[in-house]
Amino acid sequence: MTRMRPTFRRLVASTAAAGMFVLAGCSAPAIPDGSSGGATLVVATSDEPDALNPVLNYGVDGASLIFDGLVSRDDDNRLVAGLATALPELSPDGRTVTAKLRDGVQFHDGTALTAQDVVFTYQAVLDPTVDSTLRSDLDMVESVTAPDAATVVFRLRYPYAPFLQRLTLGIVPAKLLSGQDINTAGFNRKPIGTGPYRVDSWTPGDRLVLTANERYFGGRPKNNRVVVAFVADDNVRAQRMRAGEFDAAELPPKLASGFDADATYRVQRVPTADYRGVMLPTGNPVLADPAIRRALSLAVDRAAMVTGLLGGAGEPAFGPIPPTSEFADPSIIGKPTADPTAAGAVLDAAGWTSGPGGVRVKDGRPARFTLMYPASDTLRKDLALAVTADAKKVGIAVTPAGLTWDAIDPRMKSDALLMGYGTPYDPDFVSYKLFGSTFAGQGYFNPGSYRSEVTDRALQEGRDQIDPTLRKAAYAQFQKQLAADVPWLFLTYLRHTYVLKSSVQGVAPRVEAHEHGVANSLWWNIDTWTRS
Amino acid sequence: MTRSGRLAGVGAVVRRRLLVAVPVLAATSVGMFALGAASPVDPAKQYAGAAAFTASEENLAQLRANWGVDDPLPVQYLRWISNLAQGDLGWSTSRHEPVASVLAARAGWTLLLIGVALALVLVASLLLGALAAYRRGGLFDRALRAAAYAVQSMPVFWLGLAAIAVFALALGWLPAGGLTDVTATSTSWSDVAHHLILPVGVLAVSQAPWFVLFVRDAVAESMRDDHVLAARARGLPGRTVLFGHALRTALLPFLTLVGTHLPELVGGAVLVETVFSLPGLGAVTVAAALGSDFPLLAAITLVTTAVVLAANLATDLAYAAADPRVRLDG
Repeated sequence: MTRMRPTFRRLVASTAAAGMFVLAGCSAPAIPDGSSGGATLVVATSDEPDALNPVLNYGVDGASLIFDGLVSRDDDNRLVAGLATALPELSPDGRTVTAKLRDGVQFHDGTALTAQDVVFTYQAVLDPTVDSTLRSDLDMVESVTAPDAATVVFRLRYPYAPFLQRLTLGIVPAKLLSGQDINTAGFNRKPIGTGPYRVDSWTPGDRLVLTANERYFGGRPKNNRVVVAFVADDNVRAQRMRAGEFDAAELPPKLASGFDADATYRVQRVPTADYRGVMLPTGNPVLADPAIRRALSLAVDRAAMVTGLLGGAGEPAFGPIPPTSEFADPSIIGKPTADPTAAGAVLDAAGWTSGPGGVRVKDGRPARFTLMYPASDTLRKDLALAVTADAKKVGIAVTPAGLTWDAIDPRMKSDALLMGYGTPYDPDFVSYKLFGSTFAGQGYFNPGSYRSEVTDRALQEGRDQIDPTLRKAAYAQFQKQLAADVPWLFLTYLRHTYVLKSSVQGVAPRVEAHEHGVANSLWWNIDTWTRS
Repeated sequence: MTRSGRLAGVGAVVRRRLLVAVPVLAATSVGMFALGAASPVDPAKQYAGAAAFTASEENLAQLRANWGVDDPLPVQYLRWISNLAQGDLGWSTSRHEPVASVLAARAGWTLLLIGVALALVLVASLLLGALAAYRRGGLFDRALRAAAYAVQSMPVFWLGLAAIAVFALALGWLPAGGLTDVTATSTSWSDVAHHLILPVGVLAVSQAPWFVLFVRDAVAESMRDDHVLAARARGLPGRTVLFGHALRTALLPFLTLVGTHLPELVGGAVLVETVFSLPGLGAVTVAAALGSDFPLLAAITLVTTAVVLAANLATDLAYAAADPRVRLDG
């Protein structure tokens, strides 16, 4: 048997060397590439798509970098022509839309875009065997046809005023996908679009590498390459941003404010339509009383939530239509700070008198309810606790309960829930289902079974009427009715916070939706970004 | 007895273990499906993500029908088994790609991370532990034990972030995360190695205390054994006694420790992968569990079970090779 007989000296030396290897490794400094050239831009997000296919919900609201829709949106989220030559128009009955395609648009593989590709894309979404959740948003589409190679005609089942907003969906090439199972197609990993960037490689869990599309109809991108790094953990993303790896990264408000003092970085706090609020179910005997709901809305300190919980990155919310929207009705805006006196007066007038333990009582029933929140969401937890504390001051006892979604779902009819969503594009999009009585008790659509004829009529008007003035009036009515009925206790609008290197130029923040990742983030126009 | 004689029964043992492995793997997979059936999580809602709030119930039901997740459990299980028999591991609903390609793309990185870290831990703990035991209560021993207890009390997650703060941010020696340079145009081995130094180091350091303290105690114990005392009495040099006699005796229980500690190493790897944003199996396993992605979970569980069974077998064989008293007849 051979046996090693090292001397102690040699042993100690090699141990030390091993330790050095572990701790220091090779000491070559890691200089981030391209820090001066401007040829490659690196952005970081936590939100990685499942598939890079618009049919399977990738970047359906446009700005997907890889694909284009018939229409797209400018800096102010106004619709502009995309693959269509001009903004398509809705027929006077609100049921037909005709779009003319731009000439000479090519997919990344060099084939020409035709109307057949558009027809294929929309039909694929509507096909029940395709795993697309976008189908729910397009259930008004009766048919989509191509009378000639440059014309697409949509026929709708019912008049739908905001239909053009649904035309941001990216168009996929029919030739590469027809006859295939779209759910499992290799296309979903390495897609071909018409957009400003082509996909070079995608390593799930690591990064997506995009290269400039020289033939982009909107003009060649000003940079050669864009890398999207997927870093799920917020702290890790912040540290790697600090290490200089990224040009831009999405970070939570508190981590982002750590970069405020440093001149090499710039923090962007982008307004959103993403609200947080408490859904107050009518099936709860205490919450069924409008006085309790109105008192809660008066008792919560929205300003304190914005400064204390969001680090200033937000706005008080009083309704589901964000203040940045042209449909927002200023008359519903209340006091951003708490008004316990007014809340107490509302409760007194409704017969809720003070009872044992400081909890108000009416007809022997204490003013007590459970407020559920998804346990994994720290912001919603913080907001739930803030509501609990504010409600206590006016004699309403709230029991916060952090649960998983599967535990929350069966209880939504009777227990309050901290929810959040919102899209800036059209007031119909989320609100029609969230507050319409026909959707009462249907899963996440109107889970609290709120019913109001006025609200129903206003929501229907907003959908049916094509005239913008009539729509505006309808949504003003809708917002006022919600403010009176308080089916939801709206708390705050969030701002999405991003940290950028100061050298990055061309950034144009626009109001963002709840969902933002590779597509539809601060880097929606990254093809025009440069580095000074 | 010669070495070949000692390992004479290897073939029989391996065959017998394989026979046992089949029912174990079958039972594991049945248990996996039963647990999945008891889970209230709806894979369609998980898949939809935020779109679950705008998708109609009919839409979600279509997704479930497409995947067959509403079928009775025995039907799902039989379908899965028959596909498995044809070499098809199924479709991952959480990753939206074949399970085989999820594993192929990610298992390698996790194995590399665990393998290199384990090798590092083994070598370092044997050396350091033996050295500490040789002069028990000495300065080196006390410093090593203090360091081991300190590291043991640090969560892996914290250790990782601290390592990034020091080596990536303050000193700028090493990258803070990722598998390659984020702007790299290809995956070169030197780039990957450079990026793996910190994660491997953190994983090794976080797992080392257990092993170091164990080796130290075991060697210290065997320093008092009769054959070691006899060796000393014969006047053999200290290092020969330490590494030739004392450490060799202490190695046996150490082998068992390595086997039982493997799951802990895997757990640490999941956290390290998260901290250093490595595209390994860790993150997808968590996502699969949260999203009721049975095909992916089943595949990962089966692979893990197979690895543990193989590790146990290897441990037993190593035991037989290291200890003349152990026979491969059981």
